[in-house]
Amino acid sequence: MPIDGTAGFGLTTELGANNRGVGWMSVLRLTGVSKNFGAIQALKNVSLTIEPGQVIGLMGDNGAGKSTLVKIIAGNFRPSHGQMQIGDHEVSFHGPLDARKNGIEIVYQDLALCDNLTAAVNVFLGRELTRQIGPLRIVDYAAMNRQAAALFKELKSETRPRDLVRSMSGGQRQAVAIARTRLSNARLVLMDEPTAAISVRQVAEVLNLIRMLQDQGVAVVLISHRMPDVFSVADRVVVLRRGSVVADKPISQTSPEEVTGLITGAIEHA
Amino acid sequence: MLDANQTSSTADLDAVMTRQTQTGLATFIGQQAFWVFLAAALAALTLGLVTDSFATPQNLFNVTRNFAFVAIVALGMTVVIISGGIDLSVGSVLCLSAMILAIQMNAGQSFWVASAMALAAALLVGLINGILIAVVGMPSFVVTLGMLSVARSLAMVLSDNKMIFQFGPDETLLFWVGGGSTFGLPHPVVALTLLALLTGFLLNWTRWGVHVFAIGANERAATMTGIRVPLTKISVFMFSSLMAGVAGVLMAGWLGGVTTNLGQSLELTVIAAAVIGGANLMGGAGTVFGAVVGAALIEIIRNSLILLGVSTFWQGAFVGTFIVLAVAFDRIRAYRNS
Ligand SMILES: Nc1ncnc2c1ncn2[C@@H]1O[C@H](COP(=O)(O)OP(=O)(O)OP(=O)(O)O)[C@@H](O)[C@H]1O
Ligand SMILES: [Mg+2]
Repeated sequence: MPIDGTAGFGLTTELGANNRGVGWMSVLRLTGVSKNFGAIQALKNVSLTIEPGQVIGLMGDNGAGKSTLVKIIAGNFRPSHGQMQIGDHEVSFHGPLDARKNGIEIVYQDLALCDNLTAAVNVFLGRELTRQIGPLRIVDYAAMNRQAAALFKELKSETRPRDLVRSMSGGQRQAVAIARTRLSNARLVLMDEPTAAISVRQVAEVLNLIRMLQDQGVAVVLISHRMPDVFSVADRVVVLRRGSVVADKPISQTSPEEVTGLITGAIEHA
Repeated sequence: MLDANQTSSTADLDAVMTRQTQTGLATFIGQQAFWVFLAAALAALTLGLVTDSFATPQNLFNVTRNFAFVAIVALGMTVVIISGGIDLSVGSVLCLSAMILAIQMNAGQSFWVASAMALAAALLVGLINGILIAVVGMPSFVVTLGMLSVARSLAMVLSDNKMIFQFGPDETLLFWVGGGSTFGLPHPVVALTLLALLTGFLLNWTRWGVHVFAIGANERAATMTGIRVPLTKISVFMFSSLMAGVAGVLMAGWLGGVTTNLGQSLELTVIAAAVIGGANLMGGAGTVFGAVVGAALIEIIRNSLILLGVSTFWQGAFVGTFIVLAVAFDRIRAYRNS
């Protein structure tokens, strides 16, 4: 079966059909979102608008609330106050699957891969392709390998679909985790410190993957403590300090020095 | 290699996909099951040469039949181990199923109804194990250890701890099913072949199988990708119990009598077979072929001890040493790979 360069977008998956059209408006809009864990107020009145194809660098000190924010968007937590909108309708997610149905995918910090399975099976995990043989519905490994190969190609990653994840590099694992998000044609991909524990060369690979997503019109929220990463891929930087947004501006109008000051509190607001 | 400018992407993809780290044959030779198979074949060959009694048709018939019972239960155990659990209750479930079959047939029930009840009881035990493990969240070791005690105790209560050796109107059918043979193949071996094919199919060609492997490797990841983990785990324990139940029915027919110590400490032999065959007690790895050759190797060793006149008291020492050795080799390999 011939696969052209746009195969990634043409992939037909069970979930692909569930994506809601979000038009040309924002991918997601948060208004006044707060989150309390008992007495701890992890997020205070956070408002944020995410545009299609935009990479947002989400920065902040340890405990600033970055992961909490991303988990709310991904449906892991429900906000204590505030609302989320996709297009012009309000949404509330009852779990990660809900968020996924609305075109939001999260790449977990530890990637959530299974070492003992191949790259292709990991990409399709939980939504494996099958084909009917008589009364039996069997897993269609060939189709998964083919489609995963097309996805890796689209991401310009040298990841082989039949390799076991166990034997893959950190960058290739990222590619598998990101290919997963392409499968459902996600509009928004959330990444929590994807570059925290990998080598310099692999960081470059991951940043490239983020650019590939951006080229496909996918919005990305990238949590990172690494200033160079954020400044090389992000269009916008959002700084959280003790649960509040203290800056939200285009990357071209700020500098690593200013962002550092905002993170530590040396600069109050920007 | 994957050049953005390349236009002939179909050829490209084919090239990528055939470029694997290992070919099928190399993967097979790299598997523990292959070496166990070699060891079993070598042991059988040696025994055939040094004793007159091993390679006789009667002895070979006995060996294959005896190993079939262990192997059938090991199929279920392998699936449980792949999912990251353990099932210590299989010996007792085997006994309980055989006892229910025996009591029902003894009371005049037909073979089919009695065996359906026996298998239903096994499935129920698996369901209870599975719910306690997957829904309540208790460790499989603890739950199935408790069930080991409960199921055997139930068999004693039901039978009043008496041996049952009269099976009513369908007795000949039962004896034929468990003790007979077709085309020279003992029926337990026929059953093993069919069940091994079924298990292999389920593990390798269904979504259920993919999910079992995924859960064993990374349960959290499996949950986050939307796999129904609790349901899958429950089905895994039901499958294991069902295999024990089938072995129980066959064993009742073969022995022609059921006592409450049937299948006592069978779990150890079965776990040994699975582990020797390459199932990883940490979860995520194991094969049907491994379970079968593991069971075969244990039976050949057992048989050789008897034929060579070694006291059968040594059996436990051998089986135990084999488990530890198999796990030790696995550790060494994991250490070398890291
Ligand atoms: N599940 C939870 N229960 C209770 N408190 C929590 C929970 N998750 C986060 N918190 C608290 O919320 C605050 C924000 O945590 P969060 O993980 O969002 O920070 P972060 O910005 O991601 O930090 P880091 O850079 O260390 O990952 C912290 O004070 C943390 O202790
Ligand atoms: Mg965090």
